Amino acid sequence: MRSIDLAPNSERKVMDVSSGSPSPAIQAALPAKMVAKNVDAFFGKTQALRSVSLEVATNRVLAIIGPSGCGKSTFLRCLNRMHEVAGGTMKGRVMLDGESIMEIDAVNLRRRVGMVFQKPNPFPTMSIFDNVAAGLRFNGHHNRKHLAEVVERCLRQAALWDEVKDSLGKSGMSISGGQQQRLCIARTLAVNPEVVLMDEPASALDPLSTAKIEELIYELKANYTIVIVTHNMQQAARVSDMTAFFYLGELIEIGETKRIFTTPDKRQTEDYITGRFG
Amino acid sequence: MTPESSAVPIDVSTAGGGGNVPPAAAAFVRRGSKTKWNVGDFVFKHMTMLFALGVLSLVFLMGYEMYAGSALTISKFGWNFLATSTWDPVRDEYGALPLIFGTLLSSFLALLIALPLSIGVAIFLSELAPRWLERPFSFLVELLAAIPSIVYGLWGIFVLVPWLRQNLQPWLASHFGSLPFFKGPAYGFGMLAAALILAVMVLPIIASISRDVLQAIPNLQREAALGLGATRWESTKIILSTAKSGILGATLLGLGRAVGETMAVTMVIGNRSEISASLFSPAYSMASVIANEFAEATSKMYTSALIEVAFVLFVLTIVLNALARLIVWSVTRRFKTT
Amino acid sequence: MTTNEKLYFFWRKTKNNAMLLFSLACLLIAVTPLVLIFSYTLIQGISALNLDFFIQMPKPVGETGGGMANAIVGTGILIGLGALFGLPVGIMAGIYLAEYGDNPFAATTRFLADVLSGIPSIVVGVVAYIIVVLPMKHFSALAGGVALAILMIPTVTRTTEEMIRLVPQSYREAGLAIGIPRWKTTLRIILPTALKGITTGILLAIARAAGETAPLLFTALGNRFWSTAIDQPIGSLTVFIYDYSKAPFEDWIRQAWGAAFVLIALIFLLSVIFRIVTRSRYAEH
Repeated sequence: MRSIDLAPNSERKVMDVSSGSPSPAIQAALPAKMVAKNVDAFFGKTQALRSVSLEVATNRVLAIIGPSGCGKSTFLRCLNRMHEVAGGTMKGRVMLDGESIMEIDAVNLRRRVGMVFQKPNPFPTMSIFDNVAAGLRFNGHHNRKHLAEVVERCLRQAALWDEVKDSLGKSGMSISGGQQQRLCIARTLAVNPEVVLMDEPASALDPLSTAKIEELIYELKANYTIVIVTHNMQQAARVSDMTAFFYLGELIEIGETKRIFTTPDKRQTEDYITGRFG
Repeated sequence: MTPESSAVPIDVSTAGGGGNVPPAAAAFVRRGSKTKWNVGDFVFKHMTMLFALGVLSLVFLMGYEMYAGSALTISKFGWNFLATSTWDPVRDEYGALPLIFGTLLSSFLALLIALPLSIGVAIFLSELAPRWLERPFSFLVELLAAIPSIVYGLWGIFVLVPWLRQNLQPWLASHFGSLPFFKGPAYGFGMLAAALILAVMVLPIIASISRDVLQAIPNLQREAALGLGATRWESTKIILSTAKSGILGATLLGLGRAVGETMAVTMVIGNRSEISASLFSPAYSMASVIANEFAEATSKMYTSALIEVAFVLFVLTIVLNALARLIVWSVTRRFKTT
Repeated sequence: MTTNEKLYFFWRKTKNNAMLLFSLACLLIAVTPLVLIFSYTLIQGISALNLDFFIQMPKPVGETGGGMANAIVGTGILIGLGALFGLPVGIMAGIYLAEYGDNPFAATTRFLADVLSGIPSIVVGVVAYIIVVLPMKHFSALAGGVALAILMIPTVTRTTEEMIRLVPQSYREAGLAIGIPRWKTTLRIILPTALKGITTGILLAIARAAGETAPLLFTALGNRFWSTAIDQPIGSLTVFIYDYSKAPFEDWIRQAWGAAFVLIALIFLLSVIFRIVTRSRYAEH
């Protein structure tokens, strides 16, 4: 278990073989995975986001923090067009690998940009195996062997394999909350997304499960780009490379996590981080 | 909360501590009221409980009266009443089998037609329609259930039956006439007419309750599916499998209604007590025989037979309804706490 | 995506759109009979509606014209009787379920009230026959009233219960806090607050009872002559429609449609009002 460390990347060597991700220097040269430009989001007439612009770096973890109601979840949902599912509208541009997400079919977009929700939501009428395989089945993969391989791989990635490998046929609801959330993560990983969005994934869980999930995020970073919304600042500090601070629907500040938590530029950021409000 | 004793008078002007009390209440505050409320409360509570007891016992009362009222035919025919086919008031021979057959077949056919349509309606209203469209259309579907049976019957006689006789039945006979279901002359009246009109009457019930069941399922599940890259339909399929038992309950309620439908069926079913494989032939249902013959029932045995038919109908609908309510209740309850 | 994937994706999209169309088609098919019946009744029935229709008695067989005054009055008396017996029972039971209803007895009553609402009206008619017609030895308006009362009770009970439950707890607490006994709080504060909703629920139950035919066929029977006596058979709008629908006279059939139109217009109107009132209640709370 890693200790609470404000700068998890500060010990990184030029090429970190264990995690397989490129060094900061090479990283800086990679194009941003997702780019948001002047995003406004509305629920009917109410404006939830105001002119938000930021970049999500590839194979990095971006944490979005801020007090409740500041639009963090709304922004996250704009990234995979789930915002419109709830009846919202969006202005501005969001790009995935340079392509506007409004041009990509929503169904395809959501396969490439996966989401883990605050409350674990395994499909109640499906077994653990079927839950993980669900996304694959949508896309037409029915080969039993292939599915079994992917299910095992993803459950291992989600650090759940050992706990459920003998009960894959049991209902997805029969496991604990923390295990359900890891199941949901495995399910999301099964369709091989490029980006994984996490909306306060550990807020409904106990500390042990939370720790497991944070470990997971750190390991997933190597292969996926992650954006995590959290109201837990320590979690953001532990887990992320970049942090964005939202307040009242606006992006106040974004930067390297270490810097944000030690020497933020904006007054509001500092106030929030030091607990003066929120 | 015990009221103040007579030692401390209650100041009406400041009662309620600042505006929470409806003005009407202030008029009833009595100065120095004693704890007499025990009696009043006791009386009121038990008086209302008595009425509730009345409602509860109504069902048992009804069952008992009908069971007692059919004593004659129960003792004469026993279980054969349900198994024989002669319905002959002249010779006082009563066998309800064709009636049961007519009721069940017309109801099942109605379900066969109405169920897929109802689920389609429920899916559209719950999952696919925008809110501004859903409200008025839900209301329209519910209005269908409010049309009295007699009006359905009237429409059945003067619109549906002629259409069947002149259009649908000849068409069916010419294309599928080799099947035993479509043999016989095309009267218009008959099993097919009854099934069709029942389907229209039963559809709003199944659709409305199924829609309620679907809407009770929390959005979290839809988001899980959509977030995974599912199409709306794929997401709906998953929701449907969660709603399975609720929809079953709705279907049973619809079946219950179909089984008990009287006027519309009586006016179009042809009123002939016989069993036939053909949908074109006239038939008879339990409710219809009571509607047609009860007022004219001459002998005690005749009346007893009809009461027994009513009793069978009673038991049948109670079982269907109780089963259905238990199922629907448990499904929507499961999600109420989230 | 590979070509294979693209094709499969297209297939999924097609299925999705097909389902959308199918369910929309189902909705349109479902609503069509409503439109058909309503418009047909309107067209057929409106020609029969004139002043005579409402105030005259039926003419002898063969003569055209006449009206259904006795049937209208008959329906009025029947639902009056039904309300007389059914409303007090339903409202009181509903109050019990709402105010004191967190025990197994209440749960059973609730359940049985729901089951009661599913019993076919003809069966209720048979019961009314057994308990009223047989002892009296003849058909009567009273028997019809009893049948309608039994039919009204479940609806009135559940509506009353639901409307009372909607009244915020703070009203009860306020009443109790200033020393009003619980029963008075319920009667003088809660009930008046819920009255609007309860009344509309009652009106709906009455409208539905007005549309019943089957139970009246052998309780109130029917009466071609003017009669308001409770212990005699009495005519009603619905039985009127039924009798006239079987007749070979075109004039009678037209009148049947007229009566049918009056009936569904009444029921639709009350359904709309009920919907508006309950919608606004839900919006309030």
